Amino acid sequence: MNLTIFLLALFDGISYAALVFIVALGLTLIFGVMRILNVAHGSLYAIGAYATVSLTGFFLALGFAPVFAFPLMLVSAVLVGVLLGGPIEWLLLRRIYDKPEVLQLLVTFAVFMILEDVQRLVWGTQPYFRASALQALGNVTLFGVTYTVYQLILLPLVAIGLLFGLRFFLRHTVIGKLILATTEDREAAQSIGIDADRVFLFTFVVGAVLAGLGGALASPTTSILPGMGADMIVLSFAVVATAGLGQIGGAAIAALMIGLGRSFAVYVWPEVAVLVPYLIMVLVLLVRPEGLFGSPVARKI
Amino acid sequence: MSDISQHSTSRGAVKSGGMPSLRALLTLLAVLLLAAVPFIAPSMQLLINLALAKGIAVLGVTVLLRAGQVSFGHALFFGISAYAGAFLMASLPAADLILVLIAGVIGATLSGLLVGLFVVRYRGIFFGMLNLAFSMIFWSILEKFYHVTGGADGIRLPRPTVLGMALERAGFEAVIFYLSIALMVVLGWFTLRWFASPVGQVFQTIKTNETRLEYLGLSPKRVLLSGYLLSAILCGVGGSLMAMTQGVVTPEYVWWVRSAEMVFIAVLGGAGSVRGAFIGALIYEIVRVYASAYAGDIWQMLLGAFLLVIILFAPGGIMGIADGLMHRGGKSLTSTRENAE
Repeated sequence: MNLTIFLLALFDGISYAALVFIVALGLTLIFGVMRILNVAHGSLYAIGAYATVSLTGFFLALGFAPVFAFPLMLVSAVLVGVLLGGPIEWLLLRRIYDKPEVLQLLVTFAVFMILEDVQRLVWGTQPYFRASALQALGNVTLFGVTYTVYQLILLPLVAIGLLFGLRFFLRHTVIGKLILATTEDREAAQSIGIDADRVFLFTFVVGAVLAGLGGALASPTTSILPGMGADMIVLSFAVVATAGLGQIGGAAIAALMIGLGRSFAVYVWPEVAVLVPYLIMVLVLLVRPEGLFGSPVARKI
Repeated sequence: MSDISQHSTSRGAVKSGGMPSLRALLTLLAVLLLAAVPFIAPSMQLLINLALAKGIAVLGVTVLLRAGQVSFGHALFFGISAYAGAFLMASLPAADLILVLIAGVIGATLSGLLVGLFVVRYRGIFFGMLNLAFSMIFWSILEKFYHVTGGADGIRLPRPTVLGMALERAGFEAVIFYLSIALMVVLGWFTLRWFASPVGQVFQTIKTNETRLEYLGLSPKRVLLSGYLLSAILCGVGGSLMAMTQGVVTPEYVWWVRSAEMVFIAVLGGAGSVRGAFIGALIYEIVRVYASAYAGDIWQMLLGAFLLVIILFAPGGIMGIADGLMHRGGKSLTSTRENAE
């Protein structure tokens, strides 16, 4: 392996890790606060990607500049969060917080099945590809390797920004502290006047927006087809499980490990590239069953 | 005084003797009705056969539901068993049907042991999702290593011989059909006995209180592993039967949609009910065949919506509803008798 291939694999890994991290961040945030694993998260990711492609296609056809694709990504992500995430929490999850974990899992899984067909009904089964945002930013040459600015600089910047933004938001703003208080002890939080229902709704919408944003940002780099949601939920679960459920900072490191592992495998042994994320997850969980940064939960007897 | 005691014994007799015998009678009738399908409705034979194969696999998922665990990846064992059979037929043409079945079960058992040793350390979310991850891994192996596995087109599974005889299509289909029914009865009975056995009882404690299990000095992991192996074997038998019925195995056997379908049928039939698994599978297959003509595009959406309705409003599934009706019937019977007395 020469330096060029090494750098290519490194850059691939970083840009891929950034995307996966953004999606996994939403998944782990929702789990951390609400103790629910949202299987439909993968569908929200896919719908975010589809919505971005449709919106940019529509507006660029009207004669807007390609740079306009960026605000449209944000718009799609927020639409996904508010129009899908909001009703899912409000109509469904709210009824099942006191139910067994398995039932909660089944409910979000049912939503996942529904949304997979919704995608097919709205966007059909043909692949979409629209790279206007990718082309708008051009290329950069680093150590003799030319790579797109979008993937090498923008995606990691967004991921790092979200990581630190979310940490700041949770620790230093009033709403963030309300969320942390509700996470710590829902009943105690309610007894001092925190509207836990609204906190949960807000958290879920934010998590869904992150899923949609991940899809929106991924849309210029890959062709969008049915089934991408199923792949992404398993992959982002692998990241979240490797890090430890609910660990935000840990998810970033796990995403990097998995992203880099996968991209190096693409150059060394392409057949097994898809398996690498899961192999990493299984290896980590064999040694640390709670994930890299998770701590064993005290058991209630 | 004596009146009251008599009353209570008679009611006890109804509960312990009357209801199960009614249930056994209904089960027997249903099995006989199924066995008569090739004569009454030959056009339904293939459909029912597929439903039975699926039902045996669903029974595997049902076993895990008894321990309060749900697996979103049990199609893994369904597929491994089917591929094991196909590989056997490829290397050993005209192998016997029993051999194909045994190869499938061995494949499912070994992979169940391997995956099981890992996943029994987890419960709930992790258990469900790690199973899903394993099935996705196997699915990508099937798709990527196409020179071995045939990729998305899969492998043909030629018709095996039956006890040394090469049968024609119709004869072979009849053999598979009655084999499926026999396996349904035997495996269903075995699973019921297993639930009632000490291991099975302990296994179901994982749902209610695992910590107390450890106080008894038992290892929950080992107990869960035994149930996991049973569930993998059941899925394997289902997969083998399905593969021999269809004559071809594809990666679709392992695809998460297949696992989701199994979970759906298990919940539809009645979470944890052995009979429910088969009733659910039969209803599901029959509805699917007729509905897919009209609602093929939104089939998964319908399943998802229906799953939500069951979980939120009828958590007992079909068997729960049937039990409720029976119970109500029994109650009104005793109450009228009380009035008469």
